[in-house]
Amino acid sequence: MGAVMSIEEIVGSLDSGMTIGIGGWGSRRKPMALVRAICRSSLTDLTVVSYGGPDVGLLCAAGKVRRVVAPFVTLDSIALEPHFRAARQSGAIEFTEYDEGMFMFGLLAGAHRLPFLPTRAGLGSDVLRVVPGLRTVRSPYEDGEELVAVPALTMDAALVHLDLADTRGNGRYLGADPYLDDLFAKAAARCYVSCERMVEPGGLGGPPQTLLVSRMHVTGVVETPDGGHFTGRGPGGERDEAFQRHYAASAADPEAWAAFADRFLSGDEAAYQEAVRRWHERDRVEGETR
Amino acid sequence: MSAASGTSAATRAEICVVACAEAWRGDGEVLAAAMGTCSILGARLARHTFEPGLLTTDGGALLTAEPVAFGAPAGAVEGWLPFRDHLWLVQNGRRHVMMGASQIDRHGNTNISAIGDWARPKSQLLGVRGAPGNTIANPTSYWIPRHSTRVFVPQVDMVSGVGFDRAAALGPGASRFHGLRRVVTDLAVLDFGTPDRSMRLVSVHPGVEVQRVVTATGFELVIEGDVPETRRPAEEELRLIREVLDPKALRDQEVRA
Repeated sequence: MGAVMSIEEIVGSLDSGMTIGIGGWGSRRKPMALVRAICRSSLTDLTVVSYGGPDVGLLCAAGKVRRVVAPFVTLDSIALEPHFRAARQSGAIEFTEYDEGMFMFGLLAGAHRLPFLPTRAGLGSDVLRVVPGLRTVRSPYEDGEELVAVPALTMDAALVHLDLADTRGNGRYLGADPYLDDLFAKAAARCYVSCERMVEPGGLGGPPQTLLVSRMHVTGVVETPDGGHFTGRGPGGERDEAFQRHYAASAADPEAWAAFADRFLSGDEAAYQEAVRRWHERDRVEGETR
Repeated sequence: MSAASGTSAATRAEICVVACAEAWRGDGEVLAAAMGTCSILGARLARHTFEPGLLTTDGGALLTAEPVAFGAPAGAVEGWLPFRDHLWLVQNGRRHVMMGASQIDRHGNTNISAIGDWARPKSQLLGVRGAPGNTIANPTSYWIPRHSTRVFVPQVDMVSGVGFDRAAALGPGASRFHGLRRVVTDLAVLDFGTPDRSMRLVSVHPGVEVQRVVTATGFELVIEGDVPETRRPAEEELRLIREVLDPKALRDQEVRA
């Protein structure tokens, strides 16, 4: 049963060299408070498995990443993730690049203790050239079709962010898309859930099909109000586009990034939230006096 | 209608929207998946006019009951298509996608992953996204807002989307769902309707010389006789684009007049 933990306790339970799965999709419902805490920690040499967004970017910028396993890294409303690009172009990280359907089949295999799952996705493409060790498998039936054998994506730990969770670790999403968070939870040896708001057991409400993550797969749960910021969440927690633009613009220039990191990332999560609040306040005031 | 909308000439962006819409003609009841402003508008325009069976989304997880304006809320919803089900639908096949491409070659291999040596790219782009699965399992078209020799190259640096030569090499079993329909650019419409499946110039947009397309393409195009002009939008199509689907004219940010 999931235990209520602090951000620091969760990150403190991780080790350098681990393979860490991160839920959400692009710049959508990412466990950003936990990602920020990893950036502050002494962890290094991580393999990050993600439908990548600013989670991957921030971890690359903080020098925490050895390898990224992903079908893409994007900020959605801004197509390209600047820190991920820089890390790839400087050769700072290794990259395992899958088609996004292949990636889901890898998660499905990992979540169900299968060594691989077959799919057409990847055939004929250069994914088979650039991912070492990726193999095909032939159908034993009459069709004899050759398919890609996507290896199971398993992880030492997964981090997912949900709109609501209870103190036992059951989690619910409020938006239109669950992404693949339940598969991340099942494919990892341990899963940690952060949530916008924590309730007592039985208090999650809503249609049962929105109860995405079960406590049977959750090791720890933490309440992180606005912890998905600046990515999009369910109703009331839309992506902070203005701040994301500020992030991307800062990331494109070393001096601006140093200023961004100093202002937003040098303290704990409460300091981050306060710095963001003040940034918006100043932004608004400047907008009014313009 | 007013004289203004009755006589005003279509802009290049509006011609592109209609050329994109034509990609889905005859598809019937499939998901019209699109990336890029003009192709999203094209999918919704096709559904509004000659291909009413198409399914379109709000740009997110919702299948809308009616084709909605670009960037507008879903309104009434007829179905749910979160990313996980979208990825399964790729395998199912009732889908025709129109993607973008940073590079494309004469057999329709495309790259959205990285420019230069993959191991240490000169320019890291998106990553392959769903391009490998899309092209091997679904009819696929491309929308390229800026036709140039930077995009139309002799050889792509990383095959994200599978072209006809790569598909043929897989044999008939693995390639039986592969099919590239058309490539729409800001200058022209192209397809692969040649014996060896190399790229052919189908039409040039009004005001574009054939030579301009040839110059902007980094490989030899198949050109058969006189190349016709891309069809101009009908009045009703212009009304739908301007008044219903894209009243803020976001299409003009993608394709300049």
